[in-house]
Amino acid sequence: MKKIITSKGISRRDLLKGCITVGAGLAVGAGFVAGSTAVWAMETKHVTPNEMATLIQMSRDIYPHDNIGDQYYAAAVKGFDSAESKDRVEAGVAALDAAAQGNGFANYLSVPWEADRANILRGMEQSAFFQTMRGNLVTGLYNNKEVWPFFGYEGESYSKGGYINRGFDDITWV
Amino acid sequence: MSAKFDLNDDGVVVVIGSGAGGGVLANELAQKGISVVCLEAGGRHLPQDYQNDEWGSFGQISWLDARTTSGDWRVAKDFSGLPSWIVKAVGGSTVHWAGASLRFQEHEFKAKTVYGEVNGANLLDWPIGLSELEPYYDKAEKKLGVTRTNDIPGLPGNNNYKVFEAGAKKLGYKQVHTGRMAINSQPRDGRTACQQVGFCFQGCKFGAKWSSAYVDIPQGEATGNLEVRTNAHVLKIEHDKKGKVTGVVYADKDGNQHLQKARIVSVAGNSIESPRLLLNSASTMFPDGLANSSGQVGRNYMRHMTASVYASFEKPVRFWRGTTMAGIITDESRHDPSRGFVGGYELETLALGVPFMAAFLNPGGWGREFAAAMDTYENMAGMWIVGEDMPQETNRITLNHAVKDQYGLPAPNVHFDEHPNDVAMRNHAWRQGAALYDSVGATQTYPTPPYPSTHNLGTNRMSAKARDGVVNKWGQTHDISNLFVSDGSQFTTGASENPTLTIVTLAIRQADYIAKQMAAKSI
Repeated sequence: MKKIITSKGISRRDLLKGCITVGAGLAVGAGFVAGSTAVWAMETKHVTPNEMATLIQMSRDIYPHDNIGDQYYAAAVKGFDSAESKDRVEAGVAALDAAAQGNGFANYLSVPWEADRANILRGMEQSAFFQTMRGNLVTGLYNNKEVWPFFGYEGESYSKGGYINRGFDDITWV
Repeated sequence: MSAKFDLNDDGVVVVIGSGAGGGVLANELAQKGISVVCLEAGGRHLPQDYQNDEWGSFGQISWLDARTTSGDWRVAKDFSGLPSWIVKAVGGSTVHWAGASLRFQEHEFKAKTVYGEVNGANLLDWPIGLSELEPYYDKAEKKLGVTRTNDIPGLPGNNNYKVFEAGAKKLGYKQVHTGRMAINSQPRDGRTACQQVGFCFQGCKFGAKWSSAYVDIPQGEATGNLEVRTNAHVLKIEHDKKGKVTGVVYADKDGNQHLQKARIVSVAGNSIESPRLLLNSASTMFPDGLANSSGQVGRNYMRHMTASVYASFEKPVRFWRGTTMAGIITDESRHDPSRGFVGGYELETLALGVPFMAAFLNPGGWGREFAAAMDTYENMAGMWIVGEDMPQETNRITLNHAVKDQYGLPAPNVHFDEHPNDVAMRNHAWRQGAALYDSVGATQTYPTPPYPSTHNLGTNRMSAKARDGVVNKWGQTHDISNLFVSDGSQFTTGASENPTLTIVTLAIRQADYIAKQMAAKSI
């Protein structure tokens, strides 16, 4: 996660100065997207901060885990901030925003209810953009060792000698 | 000390593949003093290299060469380039297998006779029966150190098993235990006991699970009669004017091609690569591929009727801890057509880590329903369903000339349509699995579709008559006496049991046959 925190030395007040809050917990400023409480921030070089914020929101809507912070979704989509992905992201976010507008909203990020955002996504479920985003998230989110504790998953056990003395048969409720 | 044979040595037996079939055959022949060159497409990875990391290990040891899929099976949609999940490394799929080691049942060798005519199924009786294999099953169980045989105690049950067993008993199942597993429950054969690590599918870092990678291959090498060449990918089998095979062409790690001469060739590259190699070896004399006078090479592809049931509970299970598949219910593996299908299935414990659960629980699934299921991960229990599927002539491996592999050869296409019997059996198993977990308080159950195939079977099947299959009861091709098949592609039908023990059994038996034939100079 440290990789995407680029707000080094900048105070939360400075960071949020001039920011616009978008979506539920996201803020965008010049060249970066941040958590609205500024505990994390991510610079963007190729896509706009607003596009990146849209990707982060979309990722949360694809796999909504309410106990997992935006920074983990941001880490999962950070790879799309690249010269190769720039055009696809621009077109994909434009399509998302157009779909939101078709449903009477200003853009995707301003849709207040998850159920309405999910409906918009369902309408573009077969698109290459959606499939790329979802496919990337399967590993980008769930293969991030830092999110495993949220699921209780303990990861590798060999270095600890397996579970033979560490609870492989410890449940008592059955 | 590993042997070193000359490329022009035409007295050697060339074994293609080093897994349950090829690795065991190579060792068994070497033990008898026969010179063997084993060509393995993958590299040599040993327990110290294995990773307790699902995707990391997947990238390290999986067979990821170009493949395509077609047919109505869901794998073709969800994992179109990955029809099977098998291993490319010394040891083949015995590196990642779960260890479940069950003998086939008598009636499963006589599927055509016992099940009768099944529409659309290309059923056939095996040319051998259980009694013929029993002495070799004995040897295989000793070699693998199968628990609950040879006075080896069963493995202890982990948390996932505790839930599974309690549900099985509530449901009235009688045959439930921690399995017959080729995983040491106590130190044996120079290898330690299972430490309940929980990454059986990623290679056992303690070496408690039998694998030809670190058991049979080094045993064979120690005789001085076996040379294993790694990263040696066989492209073609050559033959002479009399129609006998004379050697194989393979590419080394740098892509340079070599011709290894041979007295006998054994094909053991798993049920996709083995028929593909025979088809890719077509010549003027054998325009449809080697050993294919019956037209059956590549046909009757079976992958077992599979599926999973996962369930969420109010309290933690932590099912990833401990031996992945040490839990089985065999009550449903009987043949009982009153259930609406022929053949039977096994229920076996199974757990996935978070990364694989996300990929396989409901491939393509997303949204709050999917995330809610993942949120209960710590409280999940799980089982795998493995049952007999129907051989169908049109389920087959063909050469896809539109897609080439890294050597410029046509990639294999795997076509699979489900048979109504497979569908009926899966629906029954899903219901039973859900009922089992419901009986011990599941708050939610998930009928999970099949994964990319781990049990690939039947594409060079064994038959009494040459017109019905590719090999005879010894795995010797009907058409070419010095060409053998030594992997699961020999299976005439799939049975309901995990196939590895039977592949090992057939390989031990085949080694006896080959040695006798060589001594008699009949091949």
